[in-house]
Amino acid sequence: MIDVVHIFLFTFLAVMAIAVIRLKDLFAAVMLMGIFSLVSASLFTVMDAVDVAFTEAAVGAGISTVLMLATLSLTTSKESTLFQRSQPMALIAVMLLGSALVYATFDMPRYGDPAAPIHHHVANDYINRTESDIGVPNMVTAILASYRGYDTWGETTVIFTACVGVMLLLGGARTFYRWRRREDGEEEGTP
Amino acid sequence: MIRHVILRVMSKLLIPVIMLFALYVQFHGDYGPGGGFQAGVIFGAAIILYALMFGLETAKAVFPPRVLQFLVATGVLIYGGTGIAAIVEGGQFLDYSVLAHDPVHGQHLGIFLVELGVGITVAAVMTTIFFEFAGRGRRDV
Repeated sequence: MIDVVHIFLFTFLAVMAIAVIRLKDLFAAVMLMGIFSLVSASLFTVMDAVDVAFTEAAVGAGISTVLMLATLSLTTSKESTLFQRSQPMALIAVMLLGSALVYATFDMPRYGDPAAPIHHHVANDYINRTESDIGVPNMVTAILASYRGYDTWGETTVIFTACVGVMLLLGGARTFYRWRRREDGEEEGTP
Repeated sequence: MIRHVILRVMSKLLIPVIMLFALYVQFHGDYGPGGGFQAGVIFGAAIILYALMFGLETAKAVFPPRVLQFLVATGVLIYGGTGIAAIVEGGQFLDYSVLAHDPVHGQHLGIFLVELGVGITVAAVMTTIFFEFAGRGRRDV
């Protein structure tokens, strides 16, 4: 039964990905990307990764869609048809890369395989130690905030840096215009 | 905006619930799914919904960009400060066990502070980025 749900959701994802590529209307493409994220989130929920599903739904379907729409309101909602020639070399390169990736998946352990390396490296250690070390019921929070505290610290600084970058790129122009206007004013004042 | 009466009334009803849910996700992250990042995004989404419904200038009056910029740095400083506090208490960077008398209590306190820092930074960053994008097309600079 659960396999049917998996196949249904994955088919839905593939159909939407193809639709996003073929659409020329960027507004519709952004909306489809939001639904794509929501379907991915349901897929993560089915796979019992609730924390990841939560993040995907909030960031992918929520904030990203709003930011994409804000960008579209600054530019245009029609895709440029300037570079729309067919590129056979690009198609061959993409097909080669895709088949190489599919070939690589044959070496991966089956989904949910208890003998997979991921279940035998540090996972058992975390499962055994979290209760006595940290005493937090949600093991994901314990790993993210305590065992992997350095990683989360890095992620927080990445978000901080992204914000500074956006502020410099988009907010910086305001300062520049103000500065240029002042420069012009001074030049007019002192001929 | 006066035409969208249903949208305005519904978002007025929803925004407090969304903010409360964000706080629940923030402080319940130890027990259920969620944590600072998700809570920050949800809180930012509530502010963005407010800005979409009631205009950018109203939202900027409620959440001034200067305060948000201050909060962006504050969250990172809370996170880093927790790590430094652990060094001062005699442990290693981000080793929360030394923050309280009992190592488990120390871990609880450390995770709480760290998640709080992440939540504050993420909420402020999401709102700031949206304000920057939405205010970009204006000529009233």
